[in-house]
Amino acid sequence: MQRHFDEELKELHKEILKMGVMTQEEIFKSIESLKNRDKSQAQAVISSDERIDELELAIDEKCIDLIARYQPMAGDLRFIATSMKINADLERIADLAVDISQRVLEVIEKPILKPLIDIPKLSEVAQKMVKDSIDAFVNRDAELARGVVRADSQADSLRNKVQDELINDYMAKDAKTVDRAVPLLLIARYLERICDHATNIAEDVVYMVEAKVVKHHPEQLD
Amino acid sequence: MNKIVTKKLDLWYGKFQALINVNASFREKAITAIIGPSGCGKSTLLRVFNRMNDFIEGIKIAGEVVIEDRNILAPAADLIDLRKKVGMVFQRPNPFPLSVYENIIFGLKIHSMVEGRNNYEEIIENSLRSVLLWDDLKDKLNKSALSLSLEQKQRLCIARLIAIKPEVLLMDEPCSSLDPQATARIEELMRELKNKYTIIIVTHNMQQAARVSDETGFMLLGELIEFSKTDVIFTAPRDKRTEEYITGRYG
Repeated sequence: MQRHFDEELKELHKEILKMGVMTQEEIFKSIESLKNRDKSQAQAVISSDERIDELELAIDEKCIDLIARYQPMAGDLRFIATSMKINADLERIADLAVDISQRVLEVIEKPILKPLIDIPKLSEVAQKMVKDSIDAFVNRDAELARGVVRADSQADSLRNKVQDELINDYMAKDAKTVDRAVPLLLIARYLERICDHATNIAEDVVYMVEAKVVKHHPEQLD
Repeated sequence: MNKIVTKKLDLWYGKFQALINVNASFREKAITAIIGPSGCGKSTLLRVFNRMNDFIEGIKIAGEVVIEDRNILAPAADLIDLRKKVGMVFQRPNPFPLSVYENIIFGLKIHSMVEGRNNYEEIIENSLRSVLLWDDLKDKLNKSALSLSLEQKQRLCIARLIAIKPEVLLMDEPCSSLDPQATARIEELMRELKNKYTIIIVTHNMQQAARVSDETGFMLLGELIEFSKTDVIFTAPRDKRTEEYITGRYG
């Protein structure tokens, strides 16, 4: 039986997808601004955060409205509950893109410390994890979501590598590099946090599709 | 612990099979909800538990319904004792056209359970207290039960059952004629009563089943499709048919 509720759920689905696309653009632009030392691109990321915040509020309102009016159950309930959580994760990811851009503005005021190697690699991992987690949500693909959860350790080790190099090869050897190394250290940290949020999204997608809780239960992944 | 267990339960009205191989266990001192579309057999199942269906012509039952180690479908089953132990509340409150007082002692008299008026009074007070009617009706015990509000009538019907100290309360759509506030109050009453009684409720109101019950069974075309903890049924049902029904896609 066709339900009017299905139309409402489709609308919510579209809004989350829109939020996902906007967030991915912000991460991309923040990383590009770092690579190209592009001040205006970094500033653009910071100023577009407001639009994402507004969309987050609109999606939350929509979810609460659907729960109040339809009292959803089972798969419908899991979809709406997951949408609310994904919405919050996407907004946090966009905030981290802003944080990256703010550090970029600090970095580009100073001479280049070193060529960037692992940070771009980490940013690729982060962008892929975010993209895959959103695709997993859109296509209700629990296997793709599981792949995102598994990829998180790769992000952790890249972050550690960046951290070790900046601390041991630069800051420990020459204290004058600290003001250029710390923003890069923070950027690596932000990228790793983005991966954590993508992992959260992926874990919620597995719950939405299969009603299985994989968060804090790695044994449920296989 | 289980209070009622059905084993391979089949029931026919003439040639129509209304219950098909129902195997279920109903937990003691818990609320179990039975949900499903009209005609799925949920009220029929409820009525089997105190053999209310016996009066229907052409009925045939197979299988077992075990309450405390006894098969209540056995020919030797003591129906008077069964109906004392397993009471029923109906969709429309149905107090007798008697006073509040007489309504409550009606069952006691029939079952010759109590000697002496003083004892009646204690039971009346306790029964009305347990359905939270005592303060409202203590000075109106001689008032006709038919003059009460719908909610009070339904509470009185529950008090009438409680007076004869049943163990199981069967409730067939007990709130369908009540407004939302009265419904909420009866649900609160059910939560209190489950500390002492095993409650099985048939309801069309899925939100009510979700709110009030500990376990839920979903029936479709005479079969018990899924039986599980209520939170599982309403968040992650295993069977596609359950999912379709509770999300309103069935039909």
